[in-house]
Amino acid sequence: MSFLTYFINGLSLGSIYAIIALGYTMVYGIAKMLNFAHGDFIMVGCYVIFTIVATMGLPPVAGIVVAIILCTLLGVTTEKVAYKPLRNAGSPLAVLITAIGVSYLLQNAALLIFGADTKAFTPVITWQGIVLADGALKIQGVTIITIVVSVLILVCLQTFINKTKAGQAMLAVAEDKGAASLMGIDVNKTISLTFAIGSALAAIAGALMCSAYPSLTPYTGAMPGIKAFVAAVLGGIGSIPGAMIGGLILGIIEILGKTYVSSQLSDAIVFGILVVVLLVKPTGILGKNIQEKV
Amino acid sequence: MKAGRFSKKELTTYAIVVAAYIICEILMLTGIMSSHMKGLLVPICYYAIVAVGLNLCVGILGELSLGHAGFMCVGAYSSALFSYVTESAIPTAPRFIIALVIGVVMAALAGFLIGIPVLRLKGDYLAIVTLAFGEIIKNIFNAIYLGTDSTGLHFSLKDMASMGMEPGGKIIINGAQGITGTPSDSNFTIAIVILLVSLFVVQNLVSSRDGRAIMAIRDNRIAAESNGINITKYKMLAFTISAAIAGASGVLFAHNISSLTATSQYFGYNASIMFLVYVVLGGIGNIRGSMIAAVILYMLPELLRGLSDYRMLIYSVVLIVMMLVNWSPKAREFREKHLSFLKIKKEAK
Amino acid sequence: MALLEAKNLSISFGGLRAVDGFSIEVEKGELYGLIGPNGAGKTTVFNLLTGVYQADEGRIILDGKDITRLDPVHKNQNGIARTFQNIRLYSHLSVIDNVKVGLHNHFHYSTLAGLLRLPSYYKVEKEIEERARELLSVFNMENEADVMSSNLPYGKQRKLEIARALATDPKLLLLDEPAAGMNPNETAELMETIQFIREKFGMTILLIEHDMKLVSGICERLTVLNFGRMLAMGETKEVLKNPEVVKAYLGE
Repeated sequence: MSFLTYFINGLSLGSIYAIIALGYTMVYGIAKMLNFAHGDFIMVGCYVIFTIVATMGLPPVAGIVVAIILCTLLGVTTEKVAYKPLRNAGSPLAVLITAIGVSYLLQNAALLIFGADTKAFTPVITWQGIVLADGALKIQGVTIITIVVSVLILVCLQTFINKTKAGQAMLAVAEDKGAASLMGIDVNKTISLTFAIGSALAAIAGALMCSAYPSLTPYTGAMPGIKAFVAAVLGGIGSIPGAMIGGLILGIIEILGKTYVSSQLSDAIVFGILVVVLLVKPTGILGKNIQEKV
Repeated sequence: MKAGRFSKKELTTYAIVVAAYIICEILMLTGIMSSHMKGLLVPICYYAIVAVGLNLCVGILGELSLGHAGFMCVGAYSSALFSYVTESAIPTAPRFIIALVIGVVMAALAGFLIGIPVLRLKGDYLAIVTLAFGEIIKNIFNAIYLGTDSTGLHFSLKDMASMGMEPGGKIIINGAQGITGTPSDSNFTIAIVILLVSLFVVQNLVSSRDGRAIMAIRDNRIAAESNGINITKYKMLAFTISAAIAGASGVLFAHNISSLTATSQYFGYNASIMFLVYVVLGGIGNIRGSMIAAVILYMLPELLRGLSDYRMLIYSVVLIVMMLVNWSPKAREFREKHLSFLKIKKEAK
Repeated sequence: MALLEAKNLSISFGGLRAVDGFSIEVEKGELYGLIGPNGAGKTTVFNLLTGVYQADEGRIILDGKDITRLDPVHKNQNGIARTFQNIRLYSHLSVIDNVKVGLHNHFHYSTLAGLLRLPSYYKVEKEIEERARELLSVFNMENEADVMSSNLPYGKQRKLEIARALATDPKLLLLDEPAAGMNPNETAELMETIQFIREKFGMTILLIEHDMKLVSGICERLTVLNFGRMLAMGETKEVLKNPEVVKAYLGE
């Protein structure tokens, strides 16, 4: 029974990774860039919620809504100011380094405003959860909600992309920017929308993450951001179901590895899995193989 | 273009390093340089070295590595382990030289072994797997416990107790606390010599037959194959040398501080990313540029120290603005139009 | 015995038979043309011959040696060099360095000699430099030796690619649409150059071309491909009169 508990915890952690990875994978697929600052958007979302709930004493729902709005604005603005001018810079490294700069900027701004000390995050989810099998299996409320939310997000995103015009435009831009713009698709708008969705997802992930692991520092978002990126690559970057699968696998392996193998080596195990998967399938689990034309 | 046995460009690079060395020595002798600044000299060198090494991988080979901090870590730990254990047995000079060789060879070995699987991947996939390997290396070093007592060596990846050492045994590597008490064998002169050697190796490689093959693979792999270039061999060569240079940087690192720990700040992906920033701002493929960028960017937060809390914020803004100004097509156009007079100087090179 | 002998080469991509039963015999010293409408599978044949693709069926024999299963690197080392339809130069290297890469397997010194600049480095590099300049002068490009290859005009980029291929000292040279994108003057000059290298190096050349003038002007024999299959082969004049060829290719 304890295995099941750990497994469900892994599923919950994996769901958080999956939500972050969805944002990563969309931005990568459509804007063709690694947004290294994506993890720090999570941190920003967490601090917004913290400020509104703990400092101003407003209800958690208000915190989440404001966090989503602010993160969306932050994502769109960052793209416009820092990334868009470098879209045709000739080297993908230019925008990567700029994203690293944005990541430093957000972390240090948070450091200035909130200080380096760990803030005890007020969980926005207060539901105690359920007890099964006469108390042998206890599942926390935040765990259940995290899993449910991530599934909901996946379904909504899939529907949005496959059924709406804006979603189809995203697919077109992901396939070929030039051709899409010739077809009358506003590429700039589509990329902005992608950043908006990705950043909103980061805010939601932040709320869930800090509810499950209630401690907050300016560097809170960095490692989950990297791991979510690993998840996105694991699942096949650019693929939405891939990000979901990658996130879940990563979360489960991390928790089980920590419990049954070694708590110190759990990160090594997580990254080791990525290495093994990419060696067997170099484009990730659901990634497409593209061959260079000669 | 060639002036004797070295090209003008190569000689300029060495001259810059030697001139900087002489200036620093004069400043130290005359007492103008603050002790704080003196303490920065060796770190400046090891970051310049790792930037030169990484540029070989990113700029010359054309593969984005985010794991070079891991190779630095291998060089640091392997050499520190040797120096720590043999501190009383071998005199300083030969000890450091052997430690340097060990650090470089171990990092090269790590680069070679990791290169075998990694270099089969491409682009961002390669980058993320190097990041993964870097994190794995850091993680493993953080978990190593190594000690010795009368019954011999003890080793564990779990905790100190599971080593089963006799009381009074000597702990060599203490998990996340790392190695404490490595002799501080490095100094500014040694660091400059190692920097010069790294530059020598990379610049010589670039203008050799092997270097051309490596750059050919970078520019067009399919054409290189059709020219009979053994792709795997030359990718491995460049990656291994690049890792070895990062290892040399790690040796300097380990012998400049008394207690070596595999923290994220120094050996995590953040550090690898910082090295990449040096390379990109210095100019991808521009060996001298990455060295200079490493020096300036490492100094920048120190120069901004007076601004205390704001310095890292300013640093990040400077980084973003520099990238936008250097790389944005619009900014380039603006420079061509309005600042063309600045270019004359550049062309004269 | 023919220098190049390909027998019954076939390859499919996802059910589509891109090349079906392709056979060819190219004699030593011959200038052979491979023509056909767009999408007929000409470049795919080149990719099979050079090892970029591995054939599903068939055999490739070069100078009496079976090289069917070799990869592009070893096919080159066994004597096949090529150019590409979409030019593939080393764009960040100078013109002469592009040629030097082609010379890679013919002038040796150890990695260590290169890293430490041992005497053998200077000696062999001098030889490489001389040989590369010699090759460039064949193409009247010695004055552009230090120009970045991506800054060359289009026609010269094509020539440089040929020079680089020749530098690998091949037995057989495959040219994939060498005159594509050239103006008539450049094409005429290219024809001369091709004739010249053929005589000077005793080179055997197999070329893909769209420019009929070039093909009929310099190729002795032709093979015509259509929809991945061989439509005709033989003496250039005969083939170009073949009504099926006229219908499939020239008639459009």
